[in-house]
Amino acid sequence: MAAVRRGVQGTRRLKLQVFRIIVFVAAGLFFLVPIGAMVEFSTRGVGDQPRTLAAWQSIGTYPDLVAAITASLELAAITTIAMLVLLVPTMVWVRLKLPRLNPIIEFICLLPLTIPAIVLVVGLFPIYNWMGTNFSDSILTLSIAYVVLVLPYDYRSLEAGLAAIDVKTLTEAARSLGAGWFTVMWRIIVPNISSAILNSAFLSVALVLGEYTIANNLLYNNLQVEIAMLGRANAGVSIAVAVASLLFAFGVLVLLSFFNRGRGRLQLVELQQVMRTERG
Amino acid sequence: MTIAGAPAITTSAGRPVGGRRLPLDWLGAVPFLVYVAIFLFLPTAIIVGGSVLDANGSLTLVNFAHLSRDYIVKTTLNTIGLSAVTALAGATFGALLAYAIAVGNREGLVRRLTLSVSGVLAQFGGVTLAFAFIATIGPAGFLYLWLAEHHADIYAHSLWLFELPGVALVYLYFQIPLMVLVFLPALDGIKPQWREATESLGGGTWHYWRYVAGPLLAPAFLGATLLLFANAFSAYATVNALINQGQPVISQQISGALSGEVGTFEPGFAKAIAVEMVIIVTAVTVLYSLLQRRTSRWLQ
Repeated sequence: MAAVRRGVQGTRRLKLQVFRIIVFVAAGLFFLVPIGAMVEFSTRGVGDQPRTLAAWQSIGTYPDLVAAITASLELAAITTIAMLVLLVPTMVWVRLKLPRLNPIIEFICLLPLTIPAIVLVVGLFPIYNWMGTNFSDSILTLSIAYVVLVLPYDYRSLEAGLAAIDVKTLTEAARSLGAGWFTVMWRIIVPNISSAILNSAFLSVALVLGEYTIANNLLYNNLQVEIAMLGRANAGVSIAVAVASLLFAFGVLVLLSFFNRGRGRLQLVELQQVMRTERG
Repeated sequence: MTIAGAPAITTSAGRPVGGRRLPLDWLGAVPFLVYVAIFLFLPTAIIVGGSVLDANGSLTLVNFAHLSRDYIVKTTLNTIGLSAVTALAGATFGALLAYAIAVGNREGLVRRLTLSVSGVLAQFGGVTLAFAFIATIGPAGFLYLWLAEHHADIYAHSLWLFELPGVALVYLYFQIPLMVLVFLPALDGIKPQWREATESLGGGTWHYWRYVAGPLLAPAFLGATLLLFANAFSAYATVNALINQGQPVISQQISGALSGEVGTFEPGFAKAIAVEMVIIVTAVTVLYSLLQRRTSRWLQ
């Protein structure tokens, strides 16, 4: 009886192993081949010529592309800093002084998740029109909209960081030793939630570099919009840039998951929702 | 406004300010509130308000009446079909992949690796993703060329990569990893004791899946499918990178009515389509969270 039973379980385990191998190989092919194909495509020679890095080398010869890359990097930096300056002091202040406001802040911060980017842009359109005539029509004004876009992810990340420390005791201790609010912020709170800040900065950068919907509909040429336009003229170069931006974003996200290792669940939620916005 | 936590601070920190505390604490939250009021609430109000106003600013339902235009109805149905197909296919393949991960070693390298790769790929979308597929099976892609050399022209009938079937295939690239991320926790909640209990009662593999694991996982599976549906329904960048003409999905129609690139510039109509999209996405999301609550009763 025991031997038969072991035999049944052995067969089942073998079947399961075969199933797993088939699934992993199929998934591996489906997910890796397109990325490999981009690298292959961007290194093709003209006609029968051998592989070449010509497409990669000519990235710098497209002024529009260089401008778009610069603009997107600047947008990523501005968005990240603006978000941190807006969010961190507010969250700390609300925690200390206005705890009743906390659920409202949370609700507001998570609200953009329920609004697809293509919908948000409809409401932003007249505002940007007005800003364009009365204030500035620089592409860098996009960072104002991007701050709203990154709010949910950065809020979650910072909230987790703040929940892990005792903000109240730390602040009271610092204040009783004579520290001003700026010192409390800069020398007590920020160093204590540095990994949460790093996290949210990574998320913002990845999101801004991948953003297409808002820029395209407000008629600004950021990196993704430019890649899409260039793709119609010179596919090789545009795919080379796409690979580069992809590798950069993957690098950022791998770093993120490295820093995030202890908190699997939170990370899942964040990632799944970043993706919704990015594609939206 | 009274502030619940503040008195404790005042007494224990011994604030040097003498006399009564002025209720000025709320000023600290003002910059943030002003920001979201202008760039989050105002756009929302513009959409909702603008959808019921005509060009002269008087109240009207004509924008919503336009939703019954043939091409909008067709686009809505297209989008629902596309979202349903990619949600079902993505959920099925994703569930298989999640199961293959779940039966492996919990602390193993394979699991950690597939999970973090899923996390990254579920975010991969937009222009870059479209290009990846064009480089693979586009008319100049290596896989297409290789197949064509071997007498298998996958575009014999039409260039379907740049039509809705192609979009569906490309969407699977992020739908499957998303399914893995949302469905794996449910699979992890399945206890081996349930299988043993089934066997001790004389049930086989079929009985186990049909009467034990299946019904337990069904709400989680359905819920995840709805999430995938909402995800595909509101997508814009990927489809816009693949299809330039005809605007077959609803997000492209919003963009079209907004910019006036194709057809006429109809800002009020763009807002009405936006409202339609939000209503559908919200309904699906509410269903998802209801199912999620039901799932957590057993599988946590």
